[in-house]
Parts: sequence; C-alpha cells; structure tokens
Amino acid sequence: MLARVTTFAIDGVEPRRVCVEVDIRPGLPAFTIVGLGDAAVRESRERIRSAVLNSGFEFPQRRITANLAPASLRKAGPGFDVAMALALLAASGQLPADALSHVAVFGELSLSGELRDSAGALAVAEGASRCGLRKLVVPAGRAREAALVDGIEVLGVSTLRTAVDAVTGRRLPGLPAPAVALQSPPEPDLGEVRGHAVPLLAIEIAAAGGHNLLLEGPPGTGKTMLARRLPSILPSLTRTEAIEVTRIHSVAGLHHDGLVSGRPFRAPHHTVSAAGLVGGGSTPRPGEATLAHLGVLFMDELSEFQRGAVEALRQPLEDGRVSIVRGQHALVFPTRFMLVAATNPCPCGYAGIAERCTCGEADLRRHQRRISGPLLDRIDLLVSVQRPSDAELRAGSVTDSRAALARVTEARERQRRRLAGSGASCNGEMDAGALQTRVRLDDGGQRALGDAYLSGMLSARGRHRVVRVAQTIADLDGRNTVTDVDVLLALNFRQRAGGEEVPAA
Amino acid sequence: MTSRACDSCLRRTWLLGRLSGHLDVERKRIWELLELGDDALITALAGRSAPAVHAQFVAFGPDAAARARERALGRGVSLICACDPGYPGRLRELAAPPAVLHVMGGIERLLRLCGQDPVAVVGARKASAYGTGVAWSLAGDLGRSGVTVVSGMAAGVDTAAHCGALDVGAGTVAVLPGPADREYPRSSAFVHRRIVREGVTVSEIALDTPVRNWMFAARNRLIAGLSCATVVVQATARSGSLLTARAGQWLQRPIGAVPGQVTSQLSAGPNQLLADGAAMIRGAQDVLDLLYGVGSRSVVVDRRPDPTPRQALLLRAIASGLDTAGALAGADLADIRWLAELAALELAGRVRRGPGGRLSVVP
Repeated sequence: MLARVTTFAIDGVEPRRVCVEVDIRPGLPAFTIVGLGDAAVRESRERIRSAVLNSGFEFPQRRITANLAPASLRKAGPGFDVAMALALLAASGQLPADALSHVAVFGELSLSGELRDSAGALAVAEGASRCGLRKLVVPAGRAREAALVDGIEVLGVSTLRTAVDAVTGRRLPGLPAPAVALQSPPEPDLGEVRGHAVPLLAIEIAAAGGHNLLLEGPPGTGKTMLARRLPSILPSLTRTEAIEVTRIHSVAGLHHDGLVSGRPFRAPHHTVSAAGLVGGGSTPRPGEATLAHLGVLFMDELSEFQRGAVEALRQPLEDGRVSIVRGQHALVFPTRFMLVAATNPCPCGYAGIAERCTCGEADLRRHQRRISGPLLDRIDLLVSVQRPSDAELRAGSVTDSRAALARVTEARERQRRRLAGSGASCNGEMDAGALQTRVRLDDGGQRALGDAYLSGMLSARGRHRVVRVAQTIADLDGRNTVTDVDVLLALNFRQRAGGEEVPAA
Repeated sequence: MTSRACDSCLRRTWLLGRLSGHLDVERKRIWELLELGDDALITALAGRSAPAVHAQFVAFGPDAAARARERALGRGVSLICACDPGYPGRLRELAAPPAVLHVMGGIERLLRLCGQDPVAVVGARKASAYGTGVAWSLAGDLGRSGVTVVSGMAAGVDTAAHCGALDVGAGTVAVLPGPADREYPRSSAFVHRRIVREGVTVSEIALDTPVRNWMFAARNRLIAGLSCATVVVQATARSGSLLTARAGQWLQRPIGAVPGQVTSQLSAGPNQLLADGAAMIRGAQDVLDLLYGVGSRSVVVDRRPDPTPRQALLLRAIASGLDTAGALAGADLADIRWLAELAALELAGRVRRGPGGRLSVVP
C-alpha cells in the first residue's frame, strides 16, 4: 500500500517542497530509501525502525520503499525522519491515509520515538504556508518559531505517538504561545564611550546612510569597542525583516526560540575561509555574510583576512546577495549587511608616529596591498581612531545611543522618502544614476566638491563616495539640499591614496 | 630620443652591471671603488673570476654597444656619456662621474632643468607629516621661483619634494638607484609616471639591472653632483640623505638643513648638519639666499587666501601639536563644524593629512 506526506528540504535558506512516499509490498523484509539523500537520510532507516517499535507501533516485516521526491534535489539532514515514519504508519494501515493529506511534517526522531529539535522550522513553516497546507507538525521546541508564520496551524509535538494523535485529530497539542520578540541582552551603548568625537560622528553617519565604514588606528585605541556599538543605533528590524533574519539564523542552527529582535552583529575571525564568509560547502550553508544579513558584518584586522575570502565579498557587497553554484544547482543567499572593517594603519600600528613605527617601506606596502582595492571601493567612510586624551577620558560622554538612534531613524525616513522608486533604500546604496537624479547640491556644495576634485584630493569614484556621505550629513541635519559645509565635513572621511600624503596625480 | 653614448662608456656601464654583486659585498667603500678604472675594478672585485670577466669585458664591442643603444631607444630612455660635450658640467666635478647617464624624459629637458640652478631636497623615507609638508611646500616655492628640485624618488621626503615641484607646474629631476625606467620604489610608481611626463628620471645603471644596496649610495653622490646645493629635510643619524650631504660637502657646494624638534630622531641628521655649519633653511627664501647671496632674489609667493579667524585658530592648534582630528575634537573646538573648516584648510593647501590621519600645517 502507498502513502504520501509533504515535508520540506532546506535549500540554502529557502524551503523546497519534498513529497515523501512510502510503499509497502510483500517480499523479503527490507527498508530502502531513495531520492538523493545524504548519509543522515540513509541512517534514518535505523532511527525510524526503533522509534516506531519503541512508540508501540508495528514495524511491517515486508519490503518497504521510501522515496523523497523530487529525486533530483539533494536532501541533507535528519529533518525527514518524522515524515517518513508517519508515511510508513499510514502505508501499513496504522494511521488513516487521509490524515496526512493537508499536513506538512518536519523533525528528527530519536530511537525512543521522541522528536528532536531540528534547525530551520521557520523556513519549513513559510514553505508550508506558501504551498497552501493547513497544518504543520514540528518538534515542540520549535513550535513557537514556526508559529511566527501566519495562516498555518502549528502542531508542536514531542513524540511520534503524540504526532500520530495530532494528525488524526484525536488529541491536539496545546497551541504554541505566540512568539514574542526575544529580550536580547542589552547592547553596548554609545554613552559608554569617552572622547572619540570624530569616530562617533562617523559611526552615526554610517548608521544613518547605511554606509560601509573603515576604522583605522593604532592598536588599543577603541576600534572594536566603537564597532560593537554600531548595532545600538541602527533602526530596529521590521517584522518582515525580523522573520527573514530568524529564518536564516534558524537554518544555521544559531537560534532556538522566538523571533530575533536585534540586528545581527557578526564578527568572524580573520582566519575565516571564503566559504565560511560568503557561504559554501558541499551542501551549501549560509556564511557569515548571510548571517549578518540586515545587520553588521564586522571584519577586525581587515589586512589579516585571507585574500580569497575578502575578494569573495565583492559580489555580496555589490548585489546584496550571493549565488553559490554546485554542479547543476545554484543557490542564492541574501547578504544585505553593513560592512564595518577595522585595521591598523601599518603592521606595527603606529604609522605616522615616526619614533614608534618600526615598519619598513616594504612592510607598509605589503600591508596596503593586503587591503583589497575593490573592497575599499565599496567603503564610503574612512575614519582614523586615535588614543583619546586624558581630559577626554575624564569628561562625560559625547552622545548616547538613544539620542543617536532618534537622529538616525529620522534621517533614514527622509532618505526613504527621497529615494522612493530609485532602487536604493538608503544613501549608501545609491548608484551613479541615483546620485545624478536624487542628490541636489547647492552652489557652495558644487564649488567645494569641484575644488576638492581639481586639487587631486579625490578620484572620480571618491567623488561619488563624498557626495553620498555629504547627502547623509545633510539628512542628519534635516535638510535635503547638500551645502558646502556637508561636502567639507564629508571630505574628512574620504580615503587617502594608500596613506601617502601625496596628492594623487 | 637620442643616443649620445660612446662604446667605451657603454662598456663601463655594462661592467658595473656585471660586477653588481661584487660591488654589493664591498658597498661600504663604494665611492672609492667607483673611482677605479675598468681593469683595476675587475682586479679589485672579481677575484678568481677576474680573467673571465675581463674576457667578457674585452668582448663588449661595437655590436654590444649598438644593442644597448637600441634597447634604450626602444624603452624611451635617452643616453648621454661623459665624452659628450653636452654632459652636465657639474657632474664632471665628481671623483667618479657616471660614464653614461640614462635619461627618461629627454636629454634636452634634463639639460634645461640642470641649467636652472638645481637644488637637491632629500630626507627620510619614514618622514613625519612635518617633514613631508616642509619638503612639499619648499619644493613648490622653489619651483615657482625657477629653481629645479632634484631628489631620489624614495618614499617620504623625496616623493613629497618631487610632487611639490610638479604641483606648481615645475619640472623636477629624479635620480633613481636602479635603471631609469624602473619604477623604484613601487609605491612611487605614479610619481615616476608624472616625473617622466613633466621632468626627467636619471640613472647611471644599465637597463634591466636588478636594484642592489650599493646603488643607493652611488645614486646619492649623483644627486649632490647634479645640484648646486643640497638641503636635508629630515634624516635620522644613519640616514642615506647624510651621504648626499657629504657628497655635496666634498664638492664644496652649499649644504642646508631644515631644523627639527631636538626630541625627534628624525631631526638628528639635519640638526647635526646645522651644528656643523650648514645653512639654516626655514623656507625657500633661505635656499635662494644660499644660492645667490642674501637679498639678490626673492621667492615667488603664492597668493593663498587669508585664513578666517576660526581657521587661524585651527592652524594654531594644529601647529601646537594637536595633530589629529581626535585631539582637536578633545580641545576646545567641541563644535563639530570645525571639521568642515579643517577640510576647507586642506582644500586651501594650508593643512595636509599624513599617514594615520595626522595633520600638519603647510608653511
């Protein structure tokens, strides 16, 4: 006899519908699983056999074939266990077959018949809702997460026996409590920073305009400390965004319950590989760039990152997504993050302080070469972070996150209105076309920009960067038109050609 | 593109390249060695391989010389040898004038620039913002006043000096340690391109010879030899710029030095020169006084707009040692608008931003 049930495979971070078919025929006892599963899928035979028996059901001593369709899609992980077990029970007549017709089932089994947590329940719930299914069976621990999706009844069960009861409608599990935004631990606040007036301004501009930021300065001056405070002044996630982030983090197994509320802050170590950064592996998994989606990707010691890893970031930075091709199959991961990088100005960190810097010319050159040009091209703001003076350390804080967040939110709102229909949502995303049509410089602004260009301070690309930043400064000030003061302020955060103070030819 | 180099001078140039490794071993006394004649040089350096080198040397005939000329022409490098009457006269005063000058940018331009009372502006590679700032504005003022700036295209002071001259539209002469078409150091490649367009690069080394340590000291004597006077901007006590100054002293040409803070290692060189009687250089006017006598020529000043009171305040603060934007922010200039004034000062050419974002006042 044949039984079918729907489940979902996680393809990258997207759910793909998978139909589990189980057929039981007379013959020598055997249990075969076909449909391009990985080792975890093949091993589910043993888990299903024990779980079925330990739950007090009968395991048919006949020829059992399970098929995961479509057969061309690679399936990984133990999330198909429960679906196959329920289909098997239906095929052997221990469960009415029509009980499975409008249900999606997802979860891993233990030998005792309990359902174990499996990563990606939210993605599965989205898939089920999209396919028009009415009910979803997930492990109880994941029910709250799956319930974030509207329009589907989530049945959180803890054993195979209760799963059967739930799909037959004999005994329904209690509805999961509505998931509330998790109370994340308080983020570090800008109010704790002493001194650093200029870097704080840069961070606020970066947050307001969604600009990528490079912090440069000697060791121990507070580059990392400043970067960690950036998420505290980013506008909070909308519900759609929060669900998107939760889905990614759930698939990656980083998140366990409820809705992610804070913007992600990912700080991969500089030894990370290209695959670790942008995603990859034989079964592609999201990389740090995707985990930082809608949040901040912080690359400390930028010059120490492997060349290949940094170069791999170019597409994600440019397009806001990365596609990974494996054989016949291409996967797309979303990667809209803000890049914050920190670096020492030279290997020893004290460039510019002649007496302290111990780097030779060759060291300096190697250091500069390690910082990828195309990556720098995507970074609008460069700010040098210097040791605060004693007086600054004793004085009060310059600003705090609440005040800064209010200014940032207002500036973002202004940008959203001005950029509507241009394809960009903030100044940092404006391309050359948007710069032409959406930015208005007054005469003074034009003149200041022209002077800077003529004096060799700026390249043609550098000019675009300065205009983007100047526009954000104007937005923060509550104006749409860019004036000379905005341009001059923005010039402070421009990149210098290799740190050498020779005007570029 | 011209080739004004005779066979025997080209053969001497070839020999230096052939013995480059040997010269490097003996680089402590490189100036003495370069004074030796061809045979004596082979005997002194080549050791057991002397007969082989000598045979190759003798075999370097008109064909090989013609090939060398052809290759130089193909790369846009002009040649002029010491036998040519047009060879820069000041170089002849050296104990060991280079046999062949390899010139990129044209011999006529070199001779014209050499006719404009060239002054060497040299100094440390790892100069501070003060050093590069002074070199840049000094070279600019000299360029405007019709004086050619000679330097070595090294990072720091040298590059700043070249750029200072080029920025005011004056030509400049870069004496390179390696071949004239070799962009050495690589970080100065874009300066090399600018110099070849508007000035000249000069070298005594044959094309394609790898750069070795001895060439730096050898190059420094050429910088002094081409120049009427030598000015050291910043140099540590063991700096190669002091070699240039020593070569200038040997030639009995005026030496100048830009004073620096006594606490900085980078001031040790120039301050020692000052103590030993070098002329004090506080600006281009001092250089002109050194060249032509006090009061005979005055520097052509540029007309920069006067700073606003607020900008003047900033300039004073930066000059007093608040050399980073952070330090300025910590001072009384709490209003963030001063950052805009800072960029305005930069645009006006009054402030420069150095490595690590350090600011310096351009004199």
